[in-house]
Amino acid sequence: MSLLDHADTATRPAVGRSPRRRRRTGRIPVALLVPATLGLLFLVLPLAGLLARTPWTTLPTRLAEPGVLTALRLSLLTATLATLLCLALGVPLAWLLARVRFPGRRVVRALVTVPLVLPPVVGGVALLLVFGRRGLLGGWLDSTFGITLPFTTAGVVLAEAFVAMPFLIIAVEGALRGADTRYEEAAATLGAGRWTTFTHVTLPLIGPGIAAGAVLCWARALGEFGATITFAGNFPGRTQTMPLAVYLALETDLEAAIVLSLLLLTVSVVILASLRDRWITSP
Amino acid sequence: MRTRPFRTALVAVAALAVLAVTACGDSDSGGAPADGGDPGITGTVTVFAAASLTESFTTIGRNFEAANPGVKVTFSFAGSSALANQINQGAPADVFASAAPANMKTVTGAGNGDGTPTTFVKNQLVIAVPKGNPDGVTGLVDLTGPDAKVALCAEQVPCGAAARKALDAAGVELTPVTLEQDVKAALAKVRLGEVDAALVYRTDAKAGAAEVDGIEFPESAGAVNDYPIIVLKDAANPAAARAFVSHVLSDAGRGVLTAAGFQAP
Amino acid sequence: MLDAHLVVEVGRFHLDLPLRIGAGEVVALLGPNGAGKTTALRTLAGLAPLSGGHITLAGQDLDRPDTRRWIPTERRRIGMVFQDYLLFPHLTALDNVAFGPRRHGADRRGARQQAAGWLARVGLAEQARRKPRQLSGGQAQRVALARALAVDPALLLLDEPLAALDARTRLDMRAQLQHHLARHPGASLLVTHDPLDALVLADRLVILEQGRVVQEGDAATITAQPRTEYVARLVGLNLYRGRASGNTVVLEDGFRLTAADQHDGDAFVAFRPSAVALHPHRPDGSPRNTWPATITGIQRHGDNLRIQLTGPIEVAADITPVAAARLDLVPGHTVWAAVKAAETHAYPAGPAC
Repeated sequence: MSLLDHADTATRPAVGRSPRRRRRTGRIPVALLVPATLGLLFLVLPLAGLLARTPWTTLPTRLAEPGVLTALRLSLLTATLATLLCLALGVPLAWLLARVRFPGRRVVRALVTVPLVLPPVVGGVALLLVFGRRGLLGGWLDSTFGITLPFTTAGVVLAEAFVAMPFLIIAVEGALRGADTRYEEAAATLGAGRWTTFTHVTLPLIGPGIAAGAVLCWARALGEFGATITFAGNFPGRTQTMPLAVYLALETDLEAAIVLSLLLLTVSVVILASLRDRWITSP
Repeated sequence: MRTRPFRTALVAVAALAVLAVTACGDSDSGGAPADGGDPGITGTVTVFAAASLTESFTTIGRNFEAANPGVKVTFSFAGSSALANQINQGAPADVFASAAPANMKTVTGAGNGDGTPTTFVKNQLVIAVPKGNPDGVTGLVDLTGPDAKVALCAEQVPCGAAARKALDAAGVELTPVTLEQDVKAALAKVRLGEVDAALVYRTDAKAGAAEVDGIEFPESAGAVNDYPIIVLKDAANPAAARAFVSHVLSDAGRGVLTAAGFQAP
Repeated sequence: MLDAHLVVEVGRFHLDLPLRIGAGEVVALLGPNGAGKTTALRTLAGLAPLSGGHITLAGQDLDRPDTRRWIPTERRRIGMVFQDYLLFPHLTALDNVAFGPRRHGADRRGARQQAAGWLARVGLAEQARRKPRQLSGGQAQRVALARALAVDPALLLLDEPLAALDARTRLDMRAQLQHHLARHPGASLLVTHDPLDALVLADRLVILEQGRVVQEGDAATITAQPRTEYVARLVGLNLYRGRASGNTVVLEDGFRLTAADQHDGDAFVAFRPSAVALHPHRPDGSPRNTWPATITGIQRHGDNLRIQLTGPIEVAADITPVAAARLDLVPGHTVWAAVKAAETHAYPAGPAC
């Protein structure tokens, strides 16, 4: 561009704004519609199966049974605590993976996803081998601080966090990698150190990603069974969460198991839907 | 380069998986001599059997195949109640061997049995303690101390129901730290050292003899568990199914079962 | 105020830029894409390290590799306006501007008061409560400027501050920016590829090509006597280099141009595209600089047409539509080009600066 060009540029239309935003209309391709519908059915039909077998007449009395509310309360409590634990540890870890170059980062990233592929029961055994009475750290924790984790509510939180943390880390790391790091540079030019930048700029920017990760993490923790029953055992009021109650109810009483499952589903869907409106909508 | 983190993850997973497998599996005991087979039967027999029968039925199945060269036996081992539900939902099984009469009743009550079930063995509870019995446990009363950590089965599963009966019979109040979903899980807690004792079947204690000792206690006589077996109504191969049940009830079959710690009915 | 020698070596790219900016002075750094403008800016801001040389701002060494001296970005007395502003989307305009003062020790109230003052100065007192996405391009640009100035920087860095604006807004913003830069007591460095921005806003121009300074000086000198092809195009001149002997300049390939000025030795010859006349046939009479040329391109250029020609020399000619109508203007077609010696300007090709 030259000085002589300049008169010309003044008459050019505004750059960078799309002329008109048009919604794409027209027919949905059958090649997409058919598998999409099948996918939806595949996910929803089992739910319909549960609803079809629900003993609606005895539902109130079954829900009023004392053990039910106890298990539900414990489930919500432990899943929430596990999510908080995952946030406290997982967000910094995701930041490290996304922002800091260090040797072996790819190995660490792979290790973070181990709980995803590990059968949860094996995860529970592995936790016992570390935090159990004879575990690598368990004995020391017990003798030094008097802390024992297996068969306690804290153990449930730990087991759920172990299984659910990868969901949070992956979501947050993705959000961090997608976020424009130049905002962090802008913060630095304004005098913000790394920590202030993280708390005042990075965290708010990736807020929706963190929220989505936390929701996934919470949902996974709420449904956790294998690692929990292996590591924390099963005792009503202390370590018996809803999935454990459902499993044991299934041993003797299919209808009771269905009622419990339905309750867990309803509560979690209501909570997730209300959270979605409040937190997960983009700013 | 691309595969390195992946491989590392695989190694880590494999290591844990090996731990899990070694914590649960035990090699089979030696096979008993085969008896004379029925030359008329062929095909496959599908047997749904309680988890506690895993070791002994695997051996019996191998013996049965050796005696009947045309027959193949396939097993599905799981909790009796799960198996009963699967059978009632139409799972393709020829024989059902349950660890408790209640689960057998689920199947026969739905009209899915052929004839009446036969009790082929009994099982009794013992106190499983770590090898060498470090706490010197001799009876149920030793498990009631405030520091004693005990695992029981949940009452919804047969070993838990039996434990409740035995404890009631002994008049012992016991607060377990956990109510496990099945007997193997309760035993695993002992093997891992997470609890001091667990009430498990004698057969399970025997199968885990490398790591646990089974302490007999008198009150278990009041909570004996019957194991019923039946040929199913919808069996695809009823002749072979009947032959398998006869084999289980034969001296050869009983020999394998008693060697595993079961009692004759 | 700023005394720097920016040396950066990354792979095959080599930046070597001596740069001094006095207090209150505005320097524009111009250059084609890939010349190293952004790299220079990033090293000054501390977003990238120097490989050699030094950066000294208000007497303080910020980066000096040979003594391992390094002051991180957040502790440098700089302010930066980014090309796309990078206003924090979760903060209001007011809190964006208050962000810097807050980090520099002001309490929340004080920072907001300062920010309100700056927003008022850029004429955005009304928009203080708006989030960035509720601001127009020009408003966002002014918030970004206020945010950078609010930290009282010794060195203000501006990276293509007007590039994201449409032409009409740019005109207005350029005038406002000039007003604020003129009042900024510290040094200012403006990176741009728009010569008009540079000419209007800067006291001095530094032109960078392939990591090297090719020309430096005030606007008048640079527009009158470009020293590289890039600068000539930037200011819209046809530029050639050759050996002068009296009024005649012999170009490297032997082509001769006659100029109004007399010189001896290495010289540049420059003339405006509008000084080039095109004829369908060899013209008779006065112009001494006449040659046959082939049309390679035709563009609209304001009210005129700009014709790109090849031949013994590459040349751009601006002709009126009336003149164009008399010619058969088709790419590939040959016409005669003529430039009057009186419109041809020659000057010595000494060292670049």
